[in-house]
Amino acid sequence: MLASLGLILLCQLIGEAVVRGLGLPLPGPVLGLLLLLMLLLARDRFTVLAHGPLRNDGVENASKGLLAHLSLLFVPAGVGVVQKLDLLASHGIAIVLVLALSVVVTLLATVLTFRLVSRLLKQQDAR
Amino acid sequence: MKDNPFSLWVYLSQSPLLWLTVTLLVYATTDAVSLATRRHPLANPVLHAMWIIGAFLLATGTSYTSYFAGAQFVHFLLGPATVALAVPLYENRRRVVSSIVPMLVALLAGSVTAVVSVVLLAELAGLPRDVVLSLAPKSVTAGVAMGIAESLHADPSLAAVAVILTGIMGAIIVTPLMNRTGVTDYRARGFAAGLAAHGIGTARAFQVDEIAGVFSGIAMSLNALVTSFLVPLAVTLLVR
Repeated sequence: MLASLGLILLCQLIGEAVVRGLGLPLPGPVLGLLLLLMLLLARDRFTVLAHGPLRNDGVENASKGLLAHLSLLFVPAGVGVVQKLDLLASHGIAIVLVLALSVVVTLLATVLTFRLVSRLLKQQDAR
Repeated sequence: MKDNPFSLWVYLSQSPLLWLTVTLLVYATTDAVSLATRRHPLANPVLHAMWIIGAFLLATGTSYTSYFAGAQFVHFLLGPATVALAVPLYENRRRVVSSIVPMLVALLAGSVTAVVSVVLLAELAGLPRDVVLSLAPKSVTAGVAMGIAESLHADPSLAAVAVILTGIMGAIIVTPLMNRTGVTDYRARGFAAGLAAHGIGTARAFQVDEIAGVFSGIAMSLNALVTSFLVPLAVTLLVR
């Protein structure tokens, strides 16, 4: 469990270091995600890697434990709303309406594009 | 301590222990309520934990800075949790690879819609320029959005609030909206949830269906990438 958490942190650390070092415009943890994914794929090919956290679902279980409480992690930033009460008092309704409309439009645009493209591909395969 | 209970409060309210405990206990309660309602969208645990803790801070006159000193230990885990998304992605890799084309096209359509719609709507509503800039990255995860807002000289903490509000609204609205559109493909539904509503949408997607959660996590990561490039461009083109 500890080694697995350590491995996850190490991936993030390398991700942050590379992003900072190369000035990449992407968040460090996203690079860490890619790194961990490559490690897991490499493990299946090279048995030498199947040690410590990469054995017996170690890192898998630690990751699932973290993801099971993903919502909790947004609470501290969310409470930051208390700092913005004056702004919300003057523009709150407009801000909430703008965000709500935009999120609905975005959900629809994404889901419909996804469906449309996968249906077109299926038709092509059928021919 | 007996003669001055107030000094105990002063001591505790400045220590990380109290606010870490409050964060965990309040969330554990709102999450239990959410579970008891069989994960009803309106019983969103983040939303209710937020206002309960916020009200508690206001009632006790505690500053957000002292609160965050304790809550930062939870906040910190956002990074490792993003890395952890590699595991569901790995376990469902065949499914993911087989839908790579629809994913990439939907990514482009969704991220452009997310940025352009919020900027245009905010301008239409007559919001001040610095507010418009802070709302622009609202569909990506908090850390990234704050970085984007900073680079535009907008307010990063307002950006964080916009991100959380967007995530909560997305998580509440996604299931009823998708049911109404009749889309039953959980890959597409999850992808939309993660793109529009980042980690809170992803947490919601995992509650509904594991495949939806996986695709949501991918959408969230990819959208963070695309939006970092897109927002500065959209702002130059669209903002007065």
